[in-house]
Amino acid sequence: MTNRLQPIFAVAVGLALGLVVTALAGENPLHVLAVLARGAFGTRYGLGLTLAYATPLVFTGLSVAVAFRAGLFNVGAEGQLTMGALAAAAVGAVWPGWGAPGAWLAAGTAAVAAGMAWGAVPGVLRAWRGSHEVINTIMLNFIAAGLANYVTMYVLRNPASQNPETRPVGPGYMLAPWAWFAGAPVGWGLPLAIGVAVAVGWWLERSVTGLELRALGENEPAARAAGINAGRVRVLAFALAGGLAGLVAVPEVLGNTGRFRPAFSAQYGFLGIAVALLGRNRPGGILAAALLFGALQKGATDLDMETDHVTRELALVFQALIILAVAAEGAWEMVFRRRARPC
Amino acid sequence: MALPPPPAVELRALTKRFGGLLANAGVDLRVAAGTIHGVIGENGAGKSTAMKLLLGLLPADAGQIFIRGERWARPSPAGARALGLGMVHQHFLLADPYTALDNLLLAEGPGRPLLLRRDAARAELRALAQRHGLEMDWDAPVASLPVGVRQRLEILKLLAGRAEILVLDEPTAVLTPLETGRLFEQLRRLRDEGKTVILVTHKLREVMAVTDQISVFRAGRVTGERRTSETTPEELAQLMVGRPVALRWAAAPGLAGGEERLAVADLGLAAVGGAARPRLSGITFSVGAGEIVGVAGVEGNGQSELIQALLHPCDRRCRTGGTVRILGREVTRWSPRAIRDLGVGVVPEDRLREGLLPARPLWENFLLGRQREPAFQRGGLLRPAAVAAAAARAVADYDVRPPALGQAAGALSGGNQQKLILARELGRAPRLILAAQPTRGVDVGAIEDIHQRLVRARDAGAGVLLVSSELEEIRALADRTLVMFDGRIVAEYPRGGATERELGLKMGGA
Repeated sequence: MTNRLQPIFAVAVGLALGLVVTALAGENPLHVLAVLARGAFGTRYGLGLTLAYATPLVFTGLSVAVAFRAGLFNVGAEGQLTMGALAAAAVGAVWPGWGAPGAWLAAGTAAVAAGMAWGAVPGVLRAWRGSHEVINTIMLNFIAAGLANYVTMYVLRNPASQNPETRPVGPGYMLAPWAWFAGAPVGWGLPLAIGVAVAVGWWLERSVTGLELRALGENEPAARAAGINAGRVRVLAFALAGGLAGLVAVPEVLGNTGRFRPAFSAQYGFLGIAVALLGRNRPGGILAAALLFGALQKGATDLDMETDHVTRELALVFQALIILAVAAEGAWEMVFRRRARPC
Repeated sequence: MALPPPPAVELRALTKRFGGLLANAGVDLRVAAGTIHGVIGENGAGKSTAMKLLLGLLPADAGQIFIRGERWARPSPAGARALGLGMVHQHFLLADPYTALDNLLLAEGPGRPLLLRRDAARAELRALAQRHGLEMDWDAPVASLPVGVRQRLEILKLLAGRAEILVLDEPTAVLTPLETGRLFEQLRRLRDEGKTVILVTHKLREVMAVTDQISVFRAGRVTGERRTSETTPEELAQLMVGRPVALRWAAAPGLAGGEERLAVADLGLAAVGGAARPRLSGITFSVGAGEIVGVAGVEGNGQSELIQALLHPCDRRCRTGGTVRILGREVTRWSPRAIRDLGVGVVPEDRLREGLLPARPLWENFLLGRQREPAFQRGGLLRPAAVAAAAARAVADYDVRPPALGQAAGALSGGNQQKLILARELGRAPRLILAAQPTRGVDVGAIEDIHQRLVRARDAGAGVLLVSSELEEIRALADRTLVMFDGRIVAEYPRGGATERELGLKMGGA
């Protein structure tokens, strides 16, 4: 039971510690809390921005979680989503005349395929050569950034802009934001994220390959003894993780900017690790964790204006404290189970 | 008139709880001074916990400990040492690269001089060893000593620390029958010198052979006290399990000359980790339909590697040659899945590591390795209802307790985990069964059942390769027995073709 409640306690403790920090900084914590809540949920536009921040985090959180369930650590969601976004933008820039829904499908497929391809690389390296995925995914993040810069500057450069960005995608590619959110870029990317989360959870529990993936993550020797091909499952898990990260292109490129900008990602790939951790690698938990992080991100932007002693960077402090509280599992054991356990 | 001497150890109503588990529920135990006292019970009966409380390694929740008639109020490891209590753990606490001598100097604990005086210590220890009739090569690194000698070193460590009451936890698990006999002689000699020995074991034959008095644990209590000369193994087994158990069960012989199920020719496995000798060399044998072939040997002589080499591709890479044929197919380079799909059931040696997903529910563990069978999936999607029904049937048939399909497999007792694995592996009607240590850590009550299941599978036509370090198990079940020593097969006997002594000698490399 404590296992399931632990993330909730962790969030409470993290938020409480964050408020202690604000008090130390000379700000009334209740006021800060009110500003955060009002900013994140108080208006349609504010709620829309919260959801717009949260949507990419659902995809990257799922990406990290799927790899983690297979016993792999995906630090490469940032590179995978970069490749996905670049691919979607490239399709839309090269064939701008296509109309919906074929255009959506083409760009979405390109994003997933590019993410999968980028994700599969560390999977293959691990399966065939045994080289560790953490090193490889970190390195591939740099390579993805460099490659995306090159394509943006020298291949698909938008001549109409002073900033480094690709030519805009054709109008048929764009997913219009919903008017209810008063201009916040929230559209079909949001239900897509929720649907994908449900589908991933269902697939992990109900499919044969999902079972094999979880078995490998749970106990590799037993999975091998059961005849499961560990190498194949690892490649599959990483390709899937990459494809999920690549889907960030849908809300960010098709649903918002309509082009690729090299620095568009607000660290979504790395925040995805925190989201997966907080969500215990379960889709439902990831949705909740992504919403929390989105709310902190949006709520904190108002702190610059409405408080004297704290700024929007407080969102980072909150996120960090929550993660520390989640990660301090040993400490929770001490709180909940004081008695010694059998050795 | 002189009073009788107080017992060396007395535990009164000792209680220890781990969370919701009552490991010791009021243990009463008296160990007379100058005796060998057997402590027996199934896994989880509480005997190890009681010994940890006695040694001050864990604090008791309630109850009292008396040493030589005096209340020991605040048990602690240091206090145990001062009172002359010592324990030889099942897994030795020795620093392998150090010499025997340095290990004892290391163990001397607080108050040792800053400079090691090896020569003086060596002379002192030689005298001590001689006094107790325990030979030791003091300047050999522990890593080079045979297991039996390492155990002797652990005993010497206690004696050097002036221990008067020695607790030995499952000391024979790693010994050959010959070494076991030698250990028992040493224990008798220690007793005759006035020491008190507590022998914790689950092997009935051993307590019968060497002890003076026996305490039986069941469900956290001492359920019986017997003088060894006045009891029988059957009575002890009944006290352990709580119901009559058939102990001297021997399977009826299987068919001879059934068609070949497994044939291994000249299989070798390269050394690892700087070891000089290959892990396996020149392994040649076959298993036919309807027979159980036992592989006897002291642990660590290549039996585990033999199973690994048959199945696991990563270990197969280290093969130095040879061929494996299963059901007439040359499978030397086949994947584990392809080999399983031929109809091979595997009962792994380390069930938690290789047989189960401890954190996952029973039904998922039942499915592991069978998830691609048409009955359990359609088009890559599992059929939960079919899986649950089959798992429920299997769990009922094999009497896995508790039969809660949603419960994590790791929460089952060892015997029930093993039954779950058997239900899964035998449920596929395998034509070849590779069973490694199938009853290790399994309750006496469940052993009989597991044995009968294997025999029934054999009678249904399966070939069974049974690896076991329990000689009794091999002798009860095997139609043919192979003896492994140092990575080779050194002898082969038909059923009843060798006495226990002969087998023991071969296991020791004679």
